[in-house]
Amino acid sequence: MGKTLFDKVWDSHVVDRIKDGPDILYIDKHLIHEVTSPQAFSELKNRNIPVFRPNQIVATADHNVPTLNQHLPIQDALSRKQVAQLNENCVEHGIELYGLGHPYQGIVHVIGPELGITQPGMTMVCGDSHTSTHGAFGSIAFGIGTSQVAQVFASQCLLVDKPKSMRITVNGQLSPGVHPKDVVLYIIAQLGTDAGTGHFVEFAGSVFEQMSMEGRMTVCNMSIEMGARGGMIAPDETTYSYVKGKEFAPKGVELDQKIAYWKTLPSDNDAQFDQEYHFEASNIRPMVTYGTNPGMGIGIGETIPNESGASFEKSLSYMGFKKGDSLENLPINYVFIGSCTNSRIEDFRAASEYIKGKQKAPNVHALIVPGSQQVAKQIEEEGLKDVFEAAGFEIRQAGCSACLAMNEDKIPAGEYCVSTSNRNFEGRQGPGARTILASPITAAAAAVEGKIVDCTQI
Amino acid sequence: MIAHKFDMEKFEKLNTQAVPLNIENVDTDQIIPARFLKATDRNGFGDNLFRDWRYDSNNQPIEEFVLNNPNFSGKILVAGNNFGCGSSREHAAWALTDYGFKVVISSFFADIFKGNALNNGLLPIQVSPEVLANIFKVLDDKPDASFIVDLKAQKLLVENIELEVDFEINNYKKTCLLNGYDDIDYLVSQKEKISQFENLKNA
Repeated sequence: MGKTLFDKVWDSHVVDRIKDGPDILYIDKHLIHEVTSPQAFSELKNRNIPVFRPNQIVATADHNVPTLNQHLPIQDALSRKQVAQLNENCVEHGIELYGLGHPYQGIVHVIGPELGITQPGMTMVCGDSHTSTHGAFGSIAFGIGTSQVAQVFASQCLLVDKPKSMRITVNGQLSPGVHPKDVVLYIIAQLGTDAGTGHFVEFAGSVFEQMSMEGRMTVCNMSIEMGARGGMIAPDETTYSYVKGKEFAPKGVELDQKIAYWKTLPSDNDAQFDQEYHFEASNIRPMVTYGTNPGMGIGIGETIPNESGASFEKSLSYMGFKKGDSLENLPINYVFIGSCTNSRIEDFRAASEYIKGKQKAPNVHALIVPGSQQVAKQIEEEGLKDVFEAAGFEIRQAGCSACLAMNEDKIPAGEYCVSTSNRNFEGRQGPGARTILASPITAAAAAVEGKIVDCTQI
Repeated sequence: MIAHKFDMEKFEKLNTQAVPLNIENVDTDQIIPARFLKATDRNGFGDNLFRDWRYDSNNQPIEEFVLNNPNFSGKILVAGNNFGCGSSREHAAWALTDYGFKVVISSFFADIFKGNALNNGLLPIQVSPEVLANIFKVLDDKPDASFIVDLKAQKLLVENIELEVDFEINNYKKTCLLNGYDDIDYLVSQKEKISQFENLKNA
């Protein structure tokens, strides 16, 4: 029987299999940030264990950093301490750090790919569930808890049971104005937030084959929102040309050798998956969420389904919606374009293309938060900054920002925010905030119109 | 079996009560909101467990929330389907254990949360949706119903209904919990093998 992409990468990283127990899985790259690493460093210190492979770790500060005045000391004392702790730990253990002010700083899942740290066929982990993003390159990438961060520090390995495999195939042609974010929100709405639990998902079919790397990252990023450990897309010419020329990517003969290897990775034709789903691209419309988990999504023109149950009612009550409501023309006051899901240059190009020559609605606070210093630079160089500023959008510095509202970037209680982030959980963007997940272009259109509109219908 | 140092507290047989949280898809942002993740140590997260369901914006306890209901107490949290989805923050497991929970019962757990729980001596017990509904009903009728959790025998017993449930747990993790082992020492003991693997991989 043939092997899946997932099998090939997993099996080539198994150091040993424990009888009646987990595999010892070797980790090629370990990304860390300020929030989920300090307790792992302390754990090592308490047990007098050194960091085993510091050269395979890359650190950045992203979750807890301000997006204004990053050149000044961080005002919030706890945030300042946490970021300072990361600096100290990295210096002590000889770990490369792209901290505040560094030209490579940014959201951990944006900088890995853009620096060429992320490559096909790798195993990657980070103390962050959206590590699944890196699977867009055909790598096995998944989020871990802090105890596991300590395990990787100590041994460059993890003890893990091999997940099951799932393939989600989407064939056909997407309608104009339907973005990768809509595709993944549609899939999660169809399957639910726990459908992927225990599985690694391979996204296959013409829709993903034709998708840019940025789009593939958006899709794999949200595979965790259907409960999956991670998502993967087979590497192809799009992948190789994205990786080529990146700062830490292999070059010359080494790159040729790598590409020859990467070409062996896609799933064999006779590979079997534990679970398979198929969808048709033409059924996918621009999506929005109406509830408090990412599976509660509908096409913009559709109405909130008539489901029952206390959890469903609680969710609608929090959001201020009723069954049968449509979100089309819903007035909104906040728009957030950013997060590890949608803060790459392509996302801002799409948004600015829509915004060019228009003005944001006077009542709307529209926040643009680039995923990295490099994206911020690109926004400026490509003239997108001028477009956003002329339209009245506020451009901030790189970080996770209002996606999880650990810093000052919060949405006020009761307010709706059309957000390109990944989670619409209660209070995610600030206590009482009501998040509506959408694509960058739907968010841009909402900012201009002051309400939710289907930009394919304008 | 694998040689470890003792690091976690051993999981002993429990005879306790349970607290019902009959909500599905409880995500880790509810268990511990992101604004409380700024600490650099593992202690004290219990104070902010379910913060925004437990306290209003003036920090006053919300009476209807179950943790504020004096009728319920105990070391078991019984929660709706798909508990612990969302963020990988281990702070969620730390908040639950710091508050005093030793066991979470649900009909389904998110992967990362389940792993984090097991790495912190917090036992996730998965039961069928029918059993879960039954347990919620028992707690509705008798808030101080007794529960026995016997990890060694992999049994959950509930007083009042003659309910005896066999639950699943990976043998390796069971040994770790019963003995208070964690994974680090085992992995460190395998460094030679890991180095050999690296040499082969880079050859």
